[in-house]
Amino acid sequence: MGPEYEATADQYQADDHDHHGAPSGIKRWLFSTNHKDIGTMYLVFSLLMFFVGGTMIMIVRAELFQPGLQFVDPAFFNQMTTMHGLVMVFGAIMPAFVGLANWMIPMMVGAPDMALPRMNNWSFWLLPVGFTFLVATLFMPGGAPAAGWTMYPPLVLQTGDAFPFLVFAVHILGASSIMGAINIIVTIMNMRAPKMTLLKMPLFVWTWFITAFLLLAAMPVFAGAVTMLLFDQYFGTHFFNAAGGGDPVMFQHIFWFFGHPEVYIMILPAFGIVSEIIPTFARKPLFGYNSMVYATASIAVLSFIVWAHHMFTVGMPLAAELFFMFSTMLIAVPTGVKVFNWIATMWRGSMTFETPMLFSLAFVFLFTIGGFSGLMLAITPVDFQYHDTYFVVAHFHYVLVPGSLFGIMAGVYYWLPKWTGHVVDEKLAKTHFWLSAIFVNITFFPQHFLGLAGMPRRIPDYSTQFADFNMMSSLGAFGFGLSQLLFVYIVYRTVKGGEKASSEVWDNPKGLEWTVPSPAPHHTFETAPELR
Amino acid sequence: MDHTHDKYYIPHGSHWPVVGSCALFMMLGGFAVYLNGAAIGGTVSLIGLALLVVMLAGWFGTVIAESMSDCYNSQVDKSFRMGMMWFIFSEVMFFAAFFGALFYARQLVIPWLGGEGTKFMTNLMLWPGFEALWPSNGPAHAGGEFETMAAAGLPAINTAILLSSSVTITIAHHALKNGNRLLLNLGVLVTVILGFSFIFLQATEYMHAYSELNLKLSTGIYGSTFFVLTGFHGLHVTIGAIFLTVIWFRVLRGHFTPQKHFAFEAAAWYWHFVDVVWLCLYFFVYWL
Ligand code: HEM
Ligand SMILES: [Cu+2]
Repeated sequence: MGPEYEATADQYQADDHDHHGAPSGIKRWLFSTNHKDIGTMYLVFSLLMFFVGGTMIMIVRAELFQPGLQFVDPAFFNQMTTMHGLVMVFGAIMPAFVGLANWMIPMMVGAPDMALPRMNNWSFWLLPVGFTFLVATLFMPGGAPAAGWTMYPPLVLQTGDAFPFLVFAVHILGASSIMGAINIIVTIMNMRAPKMTLLKMPLFVWTWFITAFLLLAAMPVFAGAVTMLLFDQYFGTHFFNAAGGGDPVMFQHIFWFFGHPEVYIMILPAFGIVSEIIPTFARKPLFGYNSMVYATASIAVLSFIVWAHHMFTVGMPLAAELFFMFSTMLIAVPTGVKVFNWIATMWRGSMTFETPMLFSLAFVFLFTIGGFSGLMLAITPVDFQYHDTYFVVAHFHYVLVPGSLFGIMAGVYYWLPKWTGHVVDEKLAKTHFWLSAIFVNITFFPQHFLGLAGMPRRIPDYSTQFADFNMMSSLGAFGFGLSQLLFVYIVYRTVKGGEKASSEVWDNPKGLEWTVPSPAPHHTFETAPELR
Repeated sequence: MDHTHDKYYIPHGSHWPVVGSCALFMMLGGFAVYLNGAAIGGTVSLIGLALLVVMLAGWFGTVIAESMSDCYNSQVDKSFRMGMMWFIFSEVMFFAAFFGALFYARQLVIPWLGGEGTKFMTNLMLWPGFEALWPSNGPAHAGGEFETMAAAGLPAINTAILLSSSVTITIAHHALKNGNRLLLNLGVLVTVILGFSFIFLQATEYMHAYSELNLKLSTGIYGSTFFVLTGFHGLHVTIGAIFLTVIWFRVLRGHFTPQKHFAFEAAAWYWHFVDVVWLCLYFFVYWL
């Protein structure tokens, strides 16, 4: 089976141009109800946050360049690691995916816009509020939050004036995510063109659909967790205080009940993106479309029963250790199905290696490395040794950087011509790819060895035998960070000008988005496209 | 706007979301400053809250006006319905976090602190003499001796109130569908009155707990879960009752027809949701 569609492009085009274009000035952005404009704002915001979070981690890597303390004091170091995590997760990766969803989902399902356009605007405009709170904490008495992005009590309760701002930032970002998720669910359920049945939807739409349910179920729990922290701090409750009959470990359970689905929120849409791109450049339909959908759904369901694999060392009962070990390993099965399908799609395809494809290929290989290290960590007795070491840092950066981030980059290179009407300079883009792919490995591969040898994470100093690998990792990080400036330049250049892109852009890509002109007009599919 | 009949209505620009963001910025930012000990934050927070109310009135006012001028076709109506349902689902998950905390504390933490299984030494070394019993305010007896709220008194009356309000809103719904305007009007009115009575009795109950039972927010894990669960529920009842009040005024103005009355149903769904949460609360918090 799989998706099969072809819209009548002329029917659509005749309909469009008599309509209003974009309003002008600042109001266009502040008051926007247009999914493309809102998508653009999300993407630009996320790029900005990517550099804010990136700058913070450059400070961390500079400090870790050599053993001993050289540039920053340990308190500030902790603030940087904490803020880096929060900014990257909630400011860079998640908004980038929502931006892509905004731009692409209505076009991919043949809808005139998102289902609830005003709420869509609010979902975006809450982000600047949340991040003003978060970034402002850097300048407050006591400094920014420094207890890690996981905010474990009792440590996090030692945060200074930043504490309530941290909690409220989480509330606001959570509200934004929930509204965004509702919008995506409703758009997909209610706005599809006639004949676009569920199992004809592009995989990017499918993965986002499932992600939106994860968001709906996980974000409110996170809001609840930080609310309990706030009450413990200011209103005398004892949720996480053993003296009053509470338990700090209870916070970890509630946090990771959100936290593990959250990591899948950050990867499922990337699965969708590479599932769009690989068939285009392998010139073959996606292998096992249905199994991709079922695999994504089972990953999502399983992600709610594995959370305590983050807590193997806190002293859970044996039964819990075993349950969470086996349920975690079970997730590797649907994940394996996906990797198999991507490879089978490429098998005997007539492949070409344009930038989106390069990023997707790197995604498949490097994400899989991260999946394997995840499997190692899933083995409880093994995790006793690896927990809270650089091995964990290596694991989640392999799934998040060449995983989620490369997925986003692949998507941007794939659809940028559709957004801007200009072809991307392949030479520059490929340079960006190779620099990123090489530096990401220089940065994170050595961290596996550091972790196996016992270097703890979140500590500004280390013992001298870790010096070489740390220096290597820092050099890789600086290289990676600098390479991303090239990305900004490429995007800027493509927005400003360049060779005109055709509506198909690539060689016979599948999907409704390629039936509208490039750049996509301000309003698309005001009447639903006819599907074959 | 009549040309939009067959088309999905897409509003062109709205300033309310940005106003809402400013409102939340002031409300929560001000509250954070207040919590850090500067009184001015409280004032800013209240101004933010007022602005939030203005925003909600303005935003919903726009939507009502659009709805009354027939901008919304049945597809838009369906979007609203789905949106509301999934919003309620997210609210359910919010409560799930606190119920989860209650179950975890009661079933695991208290027995562990009492030395169950492998935690024997923990109990002996850290909390000698602590016995695992529920209700508990922990080994340090946080907040001192206390009594629990009896399930039979006010809470039972409140349960009856909420249950009957669920009936009255359903009667109103049927009346709406049958075009019986008088019964609709009365049904909503009675529901609103029952809703606010619930809130009043809940406040009375809190005062009783504080002044006579020495049961406070700071009464260890029992007080924490009791007040946070019932408090957030009470907040939701308040929101639901205000929502229903607005619906009542719209009923008076004849806004709803037997075919088209999404807002009414949204309010009714929300009301059933707070009702179900209450039943769980009554069972797990007061009764067991
Ligand atoms: C094959 C699938 C996966 C398995 C079996 C797995 C397993 C694990 C385990 C057991 C840990 C805890 C290690 C420890 O703290 O000792 C962990 C940590 C982590 N994983 Fe994964 N994982 C998988 C996929 C992913 C994906 C797809 C992402 C995100 C895109 C991700 C992000 C993370 C993060 C962020 C952490 C560390 C959180 C922290 O402590 O700060 N993982 N993983
Ligand atoms: Cu996990």
